[in-house]
Amino acid sequence: MRKELLRIQDLSIGYGKGKRQSVVNKRLNGCINSEELVCLLGENGAGKSTLIRTICGFQPALGGEINMQNKNVLKLSEKELALMASVVLTDRIVVPNATVEEMVSLGRSPHTGTMGILSREDKKKVEAAIVQCRIDHKKKEYLTNMSDGEKQKVFIAKALAQDTPLIILDEPTAFLDLPARVETIQLLRTIASESGKSILMSTHDLDLALQLADRLWLMGKEKPLIQGSPEDLLLQNEFQHIFQRKGIEFDNETCSFKVDNAFAVTLPVQANGFEFRLLQRAFARKGVNVVPVDKKHDDYLNVVDNQGKPFELIKEGNIVVKEESVEKLVDATMAFLN
Amino acid sequence: MKRISVALTLSIVLLLVLIMLNLTLGSINIPMDQIKAIFLGHEDANTIFKNIILKTRLPQTLVAMGAGMALGVAGLLMQTLFRNPLAGPSVLGISSGSSLGVAFVMLFTGNLLGFTFTSLGNWGDFAVIISSLAGAAAVLMLILFISHKIGGTLSVLIVGVMIGYLSSSLVSLLKFYSPEEDVHNYVIWGLGSFSRLAPARAVMFLIITVVPSLLATLLSKSLNLLALGDRYATNLGLRIRRARFLIISCAGFLTAIVTSFCGPIIFVGVAVPHIAKLISRTSNHFYLILNAIVLGAVTGLLCNLLARLPGVEQELPINSVTAFIGAPVVIWIIWKRKKENRLE
Repeated sequence: MRKELLRIQDLSIGYGKGKRQSVVNKRLNGCINSEELVCLLGENGAGKSTLIRTICGFQPALGGEINMQNKNVLKLSEKELALMASVVLTDRIVVPNATVEEMVSLGRSPHTGTMGILSREDKKKVEAAIVQCRIDHKKKEYLTNMSDGEKQKVFIAKALAQDTPLIILDEPTAFLDLPARVETIQLLRTIASESGKSILMSTHDLDLALQLADRLWLMGKEKPLIQGSPEDLLLQNEFQHIFQRKGIEFDNETCSFKVDNAFAVTLPVQANGFEFRLLQRAFARKGVNVVPVDKKHDDYLNVVDNQGKPFELIKEGNIVVKEESVEKLVDATMAFLN
Repeated sequence: MKRISVALTLSIVLLLVLIMLNLTLGSINIPMDQIKAIFLGHEDANTIFKNIILKTRLPQTLVAMGAGMALGVAGLLMQTLFRNPLAGPSVLGISSGSSLGVAFVMLFTGNLLGFTFTSLGNWGDFAVIISSLAGAAAVLMLILFISHKIGGTLSVLIVGVMIGYLSSSLVSLLKFYSPEEDVHNYVIWGLGSFSRLAPARAVMFLIITVVPSLLATLLSKSLNLLALGDRYATNLGLRIRRARFLIISCAGFLTAIVTSFCGPIIFVGVAVPHIAKLISRTSNHFYLILNAIVLGAVTGLLCNLLARLPGVEQELPINSVTAFIGAPVVIWIIWKRKKENRLE
């Protein structure tokens, strides 16, 4: 059984004081165990960023408690909090002339004295963080010369150098391209598994979160926070509830969202698995529901094992269209159907 | 690390060269061996040269160094606090406060009591310094109060700029009702000068600018963290309000002193931090502050030298020279920023 690191209890988050208070979400409960990667998912406006800012101590909570290692986080000073949790934010900051090494070294600030001079141990930790984030070949590089993905790694290294039991990240993959997203989340996965640190990150990358997170926190507007392992939440069909919208359906089998198309026409297709799925997708966009051929049809689409033109439209037993690409087939078929 | 040491060493060499040039060059060129003789206290030193050096050029050199380094450090502090490359000591409105204080004494008092200010002589100089200090201190208190009560960097910036507008409007009102002679004197004060202080006061001025400039290095950790933005700084354990209070106090004090003794010196505070950042290429404020101290002194001396170029009979007002050096630097910053944005 893993040890519990952080627990939020009856937490109300929002802005303002007294009568001017505006509550974003209330009565939130959840926990993070040690060495766990927790992903915070939810629609925009549910209060993901507000929750993260509250846990980081950037804004006061409106009620409830956040406990970490038997201390109430909401009552800690900046100095004490700096030793408990490190953050990676979405703020795009430009520090002129800062090198990778200088930036990561700033992560040691809570451990250094008035002048911020690094001890030998501090330097070791900085070096280790840089190596773990695989940016050691860019140590002397200026931050302004680096790509968004590399910059994100620098900030993760800075958080690692801070050496706190919890690392909190606000949408760390938001500005990144797909390979950089996967790389960033994989890096975080490794950190959680290997360095004994827990990670809480908010994200919109549902597929990556489902694959790599130990635990998910799901937030919806004016709904309680739901937590559990991705698989348990799939079994309980929780994604449907949280992301429920008209015209969008969460498919538990493929773990992805499906656009709920309104179909006007049905078209039988004689094809194998992969080709069938491709045609299904292509025709769904035109409002045509593609179904397998099960009984004798007069009009249907046929995919033959032919190198040149594998796609055939058969009408009343005759081949009327023979095409080489899906795009041309769809155009020709639509002309017939209308 | 290597580049930083090289940059610092070169700046110090440049500083020594400029000190020598400031002593030797002028409407009368004084040879090096004479300067040596004067400082070593030889009997055979030329008395005229001795008077020029000890009563005019040496105090001027000391004041130019002190003013340059104080403004350079204050500008660096403001640029980091406001995260704005065009910020300078003047954004806090402290020099405007000084100007208002001086205008009040120079233009209003004389007017009210029925004599021109110029007739006061030596007592007048003293009154100018005191009134300028009072004006600067009043604005500094107001700014610190606002930063403490309201918090937020932007509100401080806005209040500083608004104080500037308010004081210039009051000053123009005072000017309108004042005798021409006093207005002329006020304009001359506003052009700035490094040669208003007698030798003893010049030494004192250097001490009260060097000490806080060096003490500013104690703020370097806070400045390094503030450069990351308020949230990252908080997360790294910085008490933002306290840090902001100390930084504003330090920059405000330096600006107030320089403005009171030399008048509102423009552009040095904006340009020097950029030169320091350019040649040392670091984000560590410990080295940046040291570099700004030396380069500020260098810039002050260079401006002082240009203001009394050999061949020009009368000394030029210092602000006409600082603008000549500072404006190209500011244009270059904007040019460089635009190029960097295009790359991104």
